[in-house]
Amino acid sequence: MTARLRIITPGLQTTVQDAGRVGVQGLGVPASGVLDPPAMRLANALVGNAPDCAVLEMRLTGLAFKVEGAAVRIAVTGAEADVTVQVEGAAPRVFAAWRAVAAPEGALVTISAPRDSAIATVAVSGGIDTPPLWGSRATLLRAGFGGFEGRALRAGDVLPVGPSAEAPLLAAPRPPRDARPARLRVVLGPQADRFTPAARAALVSAPYRVTQDADRMGVRFEGPELTHADSHDIVSDAVLPGSIQAPGSRQPILLLADCQTTGGYPKIATVISADLPRAARLTPGQAARFEIVSVEAGEAAARAADAALAAAVAALAPVVEGAIFDEAALHRENLISGVVGCTE
Amino acid sequence: MGHSGGATVADAARFLPAGDSGLVVEFGDAIDRAVSARVVRAAAAVEALAPEGVVAVTATFRSLLVRYDPRATCSARLVKAIGALPLDSGTGAATRRVWRLPTVYGGEGGPDLDAVAAEIDAATADVVRLHAGETYHVYMLGFLPGFAYMGDVAPPLRLPRLATPRVRLPAGSVAVALQMTAVYPFASPGGWRLLGWTPARLFDPAASSPALLAPGDGVRFDPVDRAEGDRIAAAVAEGAFTPEWTEEAAA
Repeated sequence: MTARLRIITPGLQTTVQDAGRVGVQGLGVPASGVLDPPAMRLANALVGNAPDCAVLEMRLTGLAFKVEGAAVRIAVTGAEADVTVQVEGAAPRVFAAWRAVAAPEGALVTISAPRDSAIATVAVSGGIDTPPLWGSRATLLRAGFGGFEGRALRAGDVLPVGPSAEAPLLAAPRPPRDARPARLRVVLGPQADRFTPAARAALVSAPYRVTQDADRMGVRFEGPELTHADSHDIVSDAVLPGSIQAPGSRQPILLLADCQTTGGYPKIATVISADLPRAARLTPGQAARFEIVSVEAGEAAARAADAALAAAVAALAPVVEGAIFDEAALHRENLISGVVGCTE
Repeated sequence: MGHSGGATVADAARFLPAGDSGLVVEFGDAIDRAVSARVVRAAAAVEALAPEGVVAVTATFRSLLVRYDPRATCSARLVKAIGALPLDSGTGAATRRVWRLPTVYGGEGGPDLDAVAAEIDAATADVVRLHAGETYHVYMLGFLPGFAYMGDVAPPLRLPRLATPRVRLPAGSVAVALQMTAVYPFASPGGWRLLGWTPARLFDPAASSPALLAPGDGVRFDPVDRAEGDRIAAAVAEGAFTPEWTEEAAA
């Protein structure tokens, strides 16, 4: 028997995501996919899945679902959250993020809103098994395709889950908390020369604050003005997740996974892939500081992040059950600190 | 094909970084058919070369974005490999497909037609003649899956975008803005002026080739009446209609 998840409380914008549809950008199709790929890989490893199995991405709010058909293992990563498993006739049990949790058939699983992060990733053993489109189950909200019926989850939706074998419940060391302001390394360009020298200096002069305008397409920041050397219009060329564009408002917009494939505003810089998940986790009001690095340093950071993540996955160990302390509370207070970062 | 003195991509393009996983190959900074043709050929050449680590190639008006996996390759290696490609090589340069999109001008699906006519001091029929009289060149896809930026619109018809974009306009809307025309493949917000609608499907996620149009293609809009448009729409819904195309010499 395979399991199903019956959505009870969908949250603000919970979507099915995976590694995205990289390769079809020439058709004007955004890549989509999880905003925090290392969190997805880790969550999948915790429940015994292949690295790119489809997961749920929660945004700002929590999620509740009923497990039907068969038992599953659940893991929440990318942010602190409480995972409550309620089985009829037993007292609810509360678990922390960054570990696999057993959810028997019939259990009600309630995941709290991610703490100190805009997003969290939820993996289920077997993976979310909605129909793939061009090899990906990622939801693209704007075009209404992929994921579950091309939209965010609603109460009453029943999500198919793939088959999975018995496996131990694994736990990951807690990654260090993101620094505040968050450090976001950028490579200047491709249109840094469309800005004044003062604008290039301004970009790294002070932190930028995340406004209310933040979603899967991008994050609008506010901070020092980025003044264009000439016009704020260019003949459109391609953009990608990480592009920092500045329209007439002279305030930077950082593009994320659902961004369109082309754009007509000059792009002063591009956030490196190793730091992009950190940017996506920022909530309105939080701040980030940009730091300029070379292309080579960015590429090296990507390889280092990948190696660190692979090492973290290889070092996952079974959960020690029966611990007498309140694990969730300890993690919340950051008393247990991990040794392996999940983004570098 | 004869190349002028063995020129390479590196002779004609600027390489610009787009972070640690994107490389822009820029052939110009204006909307220009010669530049666009060069971009289309370079995109085909990069796709044929298929350098290790390249995951996607996007052609725009004036540049290519080559997305790569920094775990499998690096910018310096790609600059070398792509830069050494012969300029203006690649396939499909001699001919192009020219599509015919049946279009119902005005009425419910073209709510801006009369206002455009009034603004340029022309009869509605003249606006239709101007718009349907051109063979457009597909410069690039962007904004939405399958959304093709096509040009060039006849000079009298070149008007700026609406001051206030519509919150939602229907799929199939045929629209103009400045020197560009386009068909919205999905219901979407949009600020272009709507002259009509086409029942043709511009993007079909289930198709093996989901986007109808590709950069370098030609497009003509064929005026049809409302009854014919509805009849074609019904055929599209049954999977019984795809637009016609002819092979013509490349623009």
